[in-house]
Amino acid sequence: MVNIGGARMIEVGMTLPEKVFFMDRALLKAYADASGDHNPIHQNEEFARSVGLPNVISHGMLTMALAGKYVTEWAGGSATVREFSARFIKPVIVPAGVKVDLTVVATVTEVDGDTFTLDITATSAGVKVLGMAKAVVVK
Amino acid sequence: MINPDSVGRTFKGVEEVTVTQSEIDAFAAVIGESDTSVAPPTFSIRISLSQYESILTQPEIGVDWTRLVHGDQKFEIFRPIVAGDVFTCSATIETLRVAAGNEIITVRSDLHNGSELVVTSWSTLVVRG
Repeated sequence: MVNIGGARMIEVGMTLPEKVFFMDRALLKAYADASGDHNPIHQNEEFARSVGLPNVISHGMLTMALAGKYVTEWAGGSATVREFSARFIKPVIVPAGVKVDLTVVATVTEVDGDTFTLDITATSAGVKVLGMAKAVVVK
Repeated sequence: MINPDSVGRTFKGVEEVTVTQSEIDAFAAVIGESDTSVAPPTFSIRISLSQYESILTQPEIGVDWTRLVHGDQKFEIFRPIVAGDVFTCSATIETLRVAAGNEIITVRSDLHNGSELVVTSWSTLVVRG
């Protein structure tokens, strides 16, 4: 394979650079509006506590959307994704007035021509929030 | 309680959903994506979840939307969604099981633009007991 413009060859086992997103209540509100998911557990602390949550939590799908942004940034845009899956194993807890991290990293697990499979790890405050997160992209 | 007879059945959404550029712009802005010529990969959840809500809460199926938790999600994307796509959305209840007092269903959503299948997605939804 020709090494064009200094680009590294993508191989199985290669770990991609980590990226940190920051999430706050304003982002949750923006996602609620953009997605149409207005469940009050993502906006209203009193309501969230009343249903047994420690505080307001992020939409699982917002966490997944940000992990998707991580993937598409590497792969070359939103049109590159063929498959994308994740399990919502722990909530991202978003207290008022702070920004919490969503730290995303991925490893290449399969290479087939220009198609790459990535295993994605997403944590917030050191806790793994997505399980079995995987994307297949055509780069 | 979810009606066990609904497992294996496909329910059609009643309305067509037209994707607008401003919806794509708003969704992309949240995740910091500046290229809005196509929708981000998880955009279709916006369509599927609202269709699920109207389909699955019908009395003949019986999902209690107020007790719903999203367990997992998978997308198979045949081409990216663009503004102007007009989708019909179906919901197929693939599995239903009860664990620790929770009802757990897997629902498949097929988004068609005319006869073209654009996105298939699977959602595991947990109705807390």
